[in-house]
Amino acid sequence: MSAELLGQSRGSSHQGDSLFERSILSLAFVPVGLLLLLVALLWYDAWPALARYGVRFFTTNTWDPVFENFGAAAFIYGTVITSLLGLVIATPLAIGAALFLAAYAPEWLQGPVAFTIELLAAIPSIIYGLWGFFVLAPLMRSTVEPFLKETLGAIPILGALFSGPTIGKDLLTAGLILAIMILPTITSISREVIRSVPDNQREGMLGLGATRFEMIRYAVLPYARPGLIGAAILGLARALGETMAVTMVIGNSSTRITPSLFTPGYTLASVIANQFTEADKEIYFSAIVALSLVLLLVSLVLNVMARVLVARTTRGPLGVRN
Amino acid sequence: MSLAKPMVAERLERPVSSRGHSMQIRGLSAYYGAKKAVDGITMDIPANHITALIGPSGCGKSTVIRCLNRMHEVVRGARAEGEVLLDGENIYGPGIDPVQVRRLIGMVFQKPNPFPMMSVYDNVIAGLKLNGRLDKREADAIVERSLRQAALWDEVKDKLQASGAALSGGQQQRLCIARTLAVEPEVILMDEPASALDPISTLKIEDLMQELRERYTIVVVTHNMQQAARVSDFTAFMLAGDDRVGRLVEVGPTDEMFTRPTEKRTEDYITGRFG
Repeated sequence: MSAELLGQSRGSSHQGDSLFERSILSLAFVPVGLLLLLVALLWYDAWPALARYGVRFFTTNTWDPVFENFGAAAFIYGTVITSLLGLVIATPLAIGAALFLAAYAPEWLQGPVAFTIELLAAIPSIIYGLWGFFVLAPLMRSTVEPFLKETLGAIPILGALFSGPTIGKDLLTAGLILAIMILPTITSISREVIRSVPDNQREGMLGLGATRFEMIRYAVLPYARPGLIGAAILGLARALGETMAVTMVIGNSSTRITPSLFTPGYTLASVIANQFTEADKEIYFSAIVALSLVLLLVSLVLNVMARVLVARTTRGPLGVRN
Repeated sequence: MSLAKPMVAERLERPVSSRGHSMQIRGLSAYYGAKKAVDGITMDIPANHITALIGPSGCGKSTVIRCLNRMHEVVRGARAEGEVLLDGENIYGPGIDPVQVRRLIGMVFQKPNPFPMMSVYDNVIAGLKLNGRLDKREADAIVERSLRQAALWDEVKDKLQASGAALSGGQQQRLCIARTLAVEPEVILMDEPASALDPISTLKIEDLMQELRERYTIVVVTHNMQQAARVSDFTAFMLAGDDRVGRLVEVGPTDEMFTRPTEKRTEDYITGRFG
């Protein structure tokens, strides 16, 4: 009898198992399905513009709704330049801060500082935008940019980056506000990555007679490197998609592509935000949707890269079993 | 004799044959924050012999060995009191640089910890690179000598550029020993060096220890009493009391400790009555 019961219960639970498995399997496909649906709809609406302008859509920088000439090059340029600028400014600061928190800060300081950084990441971007508009941009115009123009602007070649009138609402200010916004993201991920370096790596290096700096330089940073790159790329992805704050400080006026960082510019995200309500013609609307498709694809590619890199660190590089 | 930097350089120039470094532990206590982990250890570690620290889990034997090269204090909140002498000089004395102490007193850890982002070759010379100046021929010679001493050369000589993490567990541990030997320490501390390894790798490490005794003073922590009996010349038995503070019960020549211990508690532990 007991054998019968056992068989029965096993049978029914097995049925329950497969039912459960199938239902969660379908749930797992919901996000995948949503993503595909999103791309498909964007593609559908973007198609008229992509078909009409072809490669020119990506290579020209005229954006003229009246004569129906649409080229996204200036927006792609603005997006890439401001995001990279933000990344270049934020990454060294973030990794330095993360190293301090994970390796040097006394315990009582770690918690509050880490919490404050997480809080910074949670501030709505409109607040950064307002601050950028009323505080940062005027400061850039009156003080920082004239200073950069006088010092770095005099250097040949590099000086081209800091030439022209100092307006305050331009690529440089947008890059700076992005740096401030992605700093907490990169810092908190870097801190986790550095903390996840096994103690036996640190002690192994100390045991050979390394100073604390040498231990960080030769044991901690190499081990953490893939994860730190991943953190930087996640920051970059956030910068690429950031709309509100950038729109408020980038100038939104020029579709010129010039080397100067003092040029007022435009990013993909800010064009979309500013112009989608004005798109009165079908081809205009289609061109704007095409912009969002470009932005989505760039962000997707970068996110996938970041995930692969971070996964390599947390599993331990090169097959170490820990 | 001082452990300050110029003296260290002088020591390292000395020919290997004249080495023979002993240590003395005098009233050593160790703490994790406010909690005392080890109390009042006093014992001698004779030169060119293997001294084993044994005892049940939680008796503080790993803490003691980590105090012998000031590795204990790298754990947040951890500190030590008392004296540990290397050739008569207190490594906890004022003005002593712990970094220099760890150069002279090398350590092999419980879990093999090669640097995974470095090749086998770079793992071996990692400690020497810290001191800079190393030409290629010199480095090649040191890598080969250290790997030979660690009985690993024949197995890895064709894959010196492979990652240190690509080796088997036993090979990784011998690589860590080679890495420690490359900086030519005076004393080698081994914290359960074979506990994560299979029996054959364990045997290789034990054989290696016998060879290294010719040149180095060795202290080994082990939870395996047979291993202590097989490899060591002297054995120290530690035990934590009801207050969970580890103390030294007795220390003596290994064959005496395992045949006629003076303390009842040692006999109980060795005959397997507890632990």
